[in-house]
Amino acid sequence: MGFFDDKQEWLAEVFAQYPEDRRRSALMPLLRRVQQDEGYVDFERMKEIAELVGTTATEVAGVMSFYSYYQGLPTGKYHIQVCRTLSCKLAGADELWHTLTERLGILPGEVTPDGRFSLQAVECLGSCHTGPVIQVGDEPYVERVTKARLEALLEGLMQDKPLDEVRKTLPDEDKMGKATIELDGEGGAS
Amino acid sequence: MSEGPITSGHDPRFTPTLYAHVGRPNSWTLDYYLGHGGYETARAVLTGKQPEEVVEEVKKSGLRGRGGAGFPTGVKWSFMPSDGQQHYLIANADESEPASFKDRYIMEDDPHQLIEGMILGGFAIRATKGYVYIRGEYKKAYDRLTAAIREAYERGYLGKNLFGSGFDFDLYVHRGAGAYICGEETALMNSLEGLRANPRMKPPFPAQSGLYGKPTTINNIESLASVVHILQRGADWFAQMGTDRSKGMKLFQVSGPARRPGVYELPLGTPFRELIYDWAGGPTEPIKAFIPGGSSTPLLPFTDEYLDLPMDYESLVAAGSALGTGGVILIPESVCIVDAMWNLIRFYGHESCGKCTPCREGVSGWLPQLFEKFERGRATQEDLKTMEDLLDQIEGRSFCPLADAAVWPIRGALRHFRDEFLHHIEHGTCAVKSGPRWR
Repeated sequence: MGFFDDKQEWLAEVFAQYPEDRRRSALMPLLRRVQQDEGYVDFERMKEIAELVGTTATEVAGVMSFYSYYQGLPTGKYHIQVCRTLSCKLAGADELWHTLTERLGILPGEVTPDGRFSLQAVECLGSCHTGPVIQVGDEPYVERVTKARLEALLEGLMQDKPLDEVRKTLPDEDKMGKATIELDGEGGAS
Repeated sequence: MSEGPITSGHDPRFTPTLYAHVGRPNSWTLDYYLGHGGYETARAVLTGKQPEEVVEEVKKSGLRGRGGAGFPTGVKWSFMPSDGQQHYLIANADESEPASFKDRYIMEDDPHQLIEGMILGGFAIRATKGYVYIRGEYKKAYDRLTAAIREAYERGYLGKNLFGSGFDFDLYVHRGAGAYICGEETALMNSLEGLRANPRMKPPFPAQSGLYGKPTTINNIESLASVVHILQRGADWFAQMGTDRSKGMKLFQVSGPARRPGVYELPLGTPFRELIYDWAGGPTEPIKAFIPGGSSTPLLPFTDEYLDLPMDYESLVAAGSALGTGGVILIPESVCIVDAMWNLIRFYGHESCGKCTPCREGVSGWLPQLFEKFERGRATQEDLKTMEDLLDQIEGRSFCPLADAAVWPIRGALRHFRDEFLHHIEHGTCAVKSGPRWR
């Protein structure tokens, strides 16, 4: 059975966003759906998408490789994306990245033996004031990932708790998701 | 933000509008928006004005595009033909320039403000269909925005015959998937069409042949939100704030080691000092440089001379930099400038679409390699000369501004912090000793 066979209603909604003769515009939403549900997009799925939007699988592969979100290899249940651009770097993203690779024992392209985690270094996520920032899969960001918040995050995910549940256990979570961040007790050069 | 009236010390006439509701409970719902005068401006304009009048009003306000280039919004709108074809309005929510995170909170906390801005913009350029192209990573903003659009349709603020005016407007959201280049308007349109996001040749300009070959205007989120307030309060109200040629309010952002990093709405022309010290609470450690307007703008020394610069388009150009998106990054004394620039050139190298040779070979290939030589202590005077030659050969020779955006920060670093590059050549190490930065 094809991936989209039981998703006709969803497909119709996606195609309705674009002019009738412009089905190709649905290429990205279709890729995203496969990525979300299966953790990567293999060539069979590219062929299915190509058929639906009226192009070739090679064209689909060409578009897919242009973006960092779509993966050609299987990812873990929790695909952890770590921002490494300047503001996050100034907040310790290099050390955070190093710690994650050591703790999980994997590099980009690998999955932990239990199938839980994969890692990707990504470019600026647009949360420069709350660095370092992590995005797990397609979930809203985990911001200001201090050592303590990373510990709590990994602990929660190891127990397969939903990310929204895990968030509530992270220290200072109530301060996140805001346009300005107050740094309590971090004043001065200390 | 704390309670009570917020004014700028630089310009007390200013009161915030774009971020007036950001951070308030339930500010993203239609009921909240309607309770604070929401959609009244769209109603008044659609039932009482002609599209040409709207374009004129926005022209008169002096609003310049808030995505970085600063092109006058009303003038951009006036390029749209009167031809009866399908027109499109696209809101550019790809916000990907490092240091920029202002549009995100409009969509997260005040999405109806953007929807109303798009209705007004669509009316002005005779576009009955609009798309918000939102970067794929902005999940919370996407969820809030799509929920807001659903609510607006349900209660007649989107769709057919808005406010009984006869004007129809449909609005869709298209998610990106991680590519900085999609912020460039022609690359964005290719991405929306399901193609690789390479920029297109201009001309034809989007107003002549844009999305699906139809006349199209692409505006920044902050620009569209500003339009709501210009049409509500009048062009004169907007134009009285700011400077002679940089008018109105603007969202500025501060990141790096500041006490209160974040987004601050201030009039154009406010000095950096006020933004960094009065609003962002000042640095938490000694600072030697700052990036004034997003990562592509040349960095400036953190000295009185530059801190007193007014944040407007002209003053920044005169200082050898640019206002860009208004995103400030503070760079601490203990961080090596060469290392910081390597981080940015790696960013631009990763994001180059590979279409143009100077960008593909220079930005993605040679420049990162040269920076690695510097970092590893193997660079020579000859390498420094090669780097400077390369900058000359890359700048202004590519299709879109990405290559230039990669060149400019390095130029700023070489102009103001050349000694740090020379230190790498002479001693093989950074001029400063960096400690751990992760807490």
